[in-house]
Amino acid sequence: MSDWESVIGLEIHAQLATRSKIFSGASTAFGAEPNTQACAVDLGMPGVLPVLNREAVNMAIRFGVAIDAEVDHRSVFARKNYFYPDLPKGYQISQYELPIVGKGHVFISPAEGEHLEIGITRAHLEEDAGKSIHDLFPEQTGIDLNRAGTPLLEIVSEPDMRSAKQAVAYARKIHSLVRYLEICDGNMQEGSFRCDANVSVRRKGEQKLGTRAELKNINSFRFLERAINFEIQRQINLIEDGESVVQETRLYDAERDETRSMRSKEEANDYRYFPDPDLLPVVITDADIARIRDALPELPEQKKQRYISDLGLSDYNAELLTANRETAAYFEEALGDAPDQCAQLANWILGDLAGALNKAGLDIAAAPITPAMLAQLIQRISDSTISGKIAKEVFEAMWQGEGGADDIIEARGLRQITDSGAIEALIDEVIAANPEQVEQFRAGKEKVLGFFVGQVMQQSQGKANPGQVNKILRDKLKS
Amino acid sequence: MSMSVSEIRRGLAAGKFSSVEITQDYLARIARFNPTLNCFISVTDEIALAQARTADAALAKGNAGALAGVPLAHKDLFCTEGVKTSCASRILDNFIAPYDATVIANFKRAGAVMLGKTNMDEFAMGSSNENSYYGSVANPWNTEHVPGGSSGGSAAAVAAGLAPGATGTDTGGSIRQPAALCGVTGIKPTYGRVSRYGMIAYGSSLDQGGPFARSAEDCALLLQTMSGFDARDSTSSEQPVPDFSAALGQGIEGLRIGLPKEYFADGLDGRIAAVIETAIDELRTLGADIRDISLPNTGLSIPTYYVVAMAECSSNLSRFDGVRFGYRCKNPVDLEDLYKRSRGEGFGAEVKRRIMIGTYALSAGYYDAYYLKAQQLRRMIKDDFQQAFADVDLILGPTTPEVAFRIGAKTDDPVSMYLQDIYTISLNLAGLPGMSLPVGFSDGLPVGMQLIGNYFDEAGLLNAAHCYQQVTDWHLQVPELQS
Repeated sequence: MSDWESVIGLEIHAQLATRSKIFSGASTAFGAEPNTQACAVDLGMPGVLPVLNREAVNMAIRFGVAIDAEVDHRSVFARKNYFYPDLPKGYQISQYELPIVGKGHVFISPAEGEHLEIGITRAHLEEDAGKSIHDLFPEQTGIDLNRAGTPLLEIVSEPDMRSAKQAVAYARKIHSLVRYLEICDGNMQEGSFRCDANVSVRRKGEQKLGTRAELKNINSFRFLERAINFEIQRQINLIEDGESVVQETRLYDAERDETRSMRSKEEANDYRYFPDPDLLPVVITDADIARIRDALPELPEQKKQRYISDLGLSDYNAELLTANRETAAYFEEALGDAPDQCAQLANWILGDLAGALNKAGLDIAAAPITPAMLAQLIQRISDSTISGKIAKEVFEAMWQGEGGADDIIEARGLRQITDSGAIEALIDEVIAANPEQVEQFRAGKEKVLGFFVGQVMQQSQGKANPGQVNKILRDKLKS
Repeated sequence: MSMSVSEIRRGLAAGKFSSVEITQDYLARIARFNPTLNCFISVTDEIALAQARTADAALAKGNAGALAGVPLAHKDLFCTEGVKTSCASRILDNFIAPYDATVIANFKRAGAVMLGKTNMDEFAMGSSNENSYYGSVANPWNTEHVPGGSSGGSAAAVAAGLAPGATGTDTGGSIRQPAALCGVTGIKPTYGRVSRYGMIAYGSSLDQGGPFARSAEDCALLLQTMSGFDARDSTSSEQPVPDFSAALGQGIEGLRIGLPKEYFADGLDGRIAAVIETAIDELRTLGADIRDISLPNTGLSIPTYYVVAMAECSSNLSRFDGVRFGYRCKNPVDLEDLYKRSRGEGFGAEVKRRIMIGTYALSAGYYDAYYLKAQQLRRMIKDDFQQAFADVDLILGPTTPEVAFRIGAKTDDPVSMYLQDIYTISLNLAGLPGMSLPVGFSDGLPVGMQLIGNYFDEAGLLNAAHCYQQVTDWHLQVPELQS
């Protein structure tokens, strides 16, 4: 295994979040009754013509600017010709030469402390096809053209990744980016974000790339990792058995966790690309690019750097907090209410909150604890109203919907005891009840202090301020 | 019956006759002569009479559109809502268009009456109208001869007085060549002047709609309604549309007209050359400044055209697959069988030939040698014209190298058929406007003269043609018909 190196490139199709289709006025909303969102243009009726939705172009430029790519002043749509029942015109309008977005790059951190730059070859606009439905009618195939003409941005990476883990980190990075940019909803189940992986293997030190297989039909990051790992092992086994890898397209079967041959290179279509004469070249001016650049939101990489330099967060926490825009938005909203509690907020969000969300299978946007609620909780730790330990209880109660931190502290009587008179009284009781341990302490057995602290805390039901307890105990025991 | 569109408008406005009356007259003529001529694929009597009644009411109220009550015929590749739109192909024999082409919608808005849908070469591929699923169209001047193509039904209908005006489309000469062969006036405007939305595509970068009528004056009226920017066609132009009728009658004193020497070289029938010479003399008398020019790359236009048009059509016609509309073969055993037989049985021979040639030209390994090369030649052809227009205002020549040939004479020789378009085809490659007008006869068959204008100078073309028609009567000649 260690003799081998895998080489991976991804083709990601991100469905752009335009309201109407890329070449017609029909709606792009998901889940409508079959063929109710397909107009004459989407159906490829005789005589109809495509008209470009400029919003799709703007979204593509947004992506291009965000990955620091070349965005050319002229871009051309081309026809990709092939027959398929869910491709109404017998060609897909795509881009071949002169895509909107040229060479760019992103940075990924597949593991703590690991930073890699991944090249992006190009990103181009194209229309989606419809769907063929094979299991609804016996002996027949149904065609739903609602999706036909939905705008896609196809993002093609360089073969820069060397493991499934890196490929997943890259895919997650692009996923995060398109959502930051608000150009794609990123919903993988509905097919708004689809990954195809080109995988090949070669012996370490070898310069020449091995023959690649293209993996399709991957609809989650988990499956992406599994499909690539399966494919790497399949190719290594083939070569080690003296056989060779053939260039082909393979489908990933999640149920059996394997890839299967779909079509070989010999069976591949000659797509006969040529510029679409129905569409004029897209002209993009410097002013268009500048306007889009100026309107960009803060991107994950910039955000991360700001968290590190301005907020003093660790590289790792900054990476995790900025990995998706909802988490970053949650953090920043909470920080607005508790500006001094940056590190605490980060720990709570990435720790207790992330754990609870994960367990409940919820997105952070749907968390029952709002950023303001979390900020209040942390303020109460900081102003010594409650201890960190009690805070866990309050957090749990907030999660269960019992209200805000202050309400719960009040209702459950969790306020920390900071009245030194009351604490002294508790301590006196404990000292009186444990003369043996007092002797031990006075004989120099400092460890016994812990026992006394524990006893006092127990007596106070955890509410006594631990710092004060410590100090007063020490004074009393020493006297 | 040889009324012009202008005469019909005047007559309707003056209350001399109603739209219903003249519509009935035209429908009666169609019923009488169409069995011989085969100009129409569909005759839409009921729609025509309903539209005529609506137009009469509007005329009475005084809120009528520019062409209210004027009966017209439309080439059967313009989509017409609720009416069969066949492109003269078996594959669309059952196709009822679900929407109106922009051109059709414009005519409806102007109050025009639709008499029916005219015959054509299948998918506009042809120069003789012999490639129609519905049979050949006969030339009204001699029914043993072709009317030209691909808009042969429209040209013959106007020549025979079955309609005062008709629409056509021109990808390589499909308005101008049949206009010439049938002795009527027809104009192909600048690419982008008339919306292509709803015009079933043949060669998308070449196709352009335009009118046929008895005169330049009538063409000006019809083109006015057809022209203008359409948001549904990205290639339509935002150039303002001038008042074409107002531009007529400005005279051609001092107008510089160029005669390309390549258009009068070998291959041109000497009798046609003589007729054209006479017409040139007429223009000179009217004050035109006639000059010799050269369009050196004329010879490249036919091979260039056939690569571009066929490449585009091979892709444009992919949507006719038997899946969503149109002809579907009986009992397909699988998807491939469905495609192969639906298309194999649905398309005619010439369409299949062009799809195959176009597919070949776009194939991996051949693209550069054919499609890319053709694009380069296309630019050279365009440059020729641009240089020529530095010195002249219009270019003049014959529309066709021969007059209408006998039906069947060229069906086994596609190359000879393609050569019919030698003078017309380069305009489509360059995107320039051109028109054909009748200037005489040879062997009892009409001879057409082509005028070529600079971009968006349809007004200049129409004015020159109108000036010529003010002093000649070739456009007023009508054939004797036998029913």
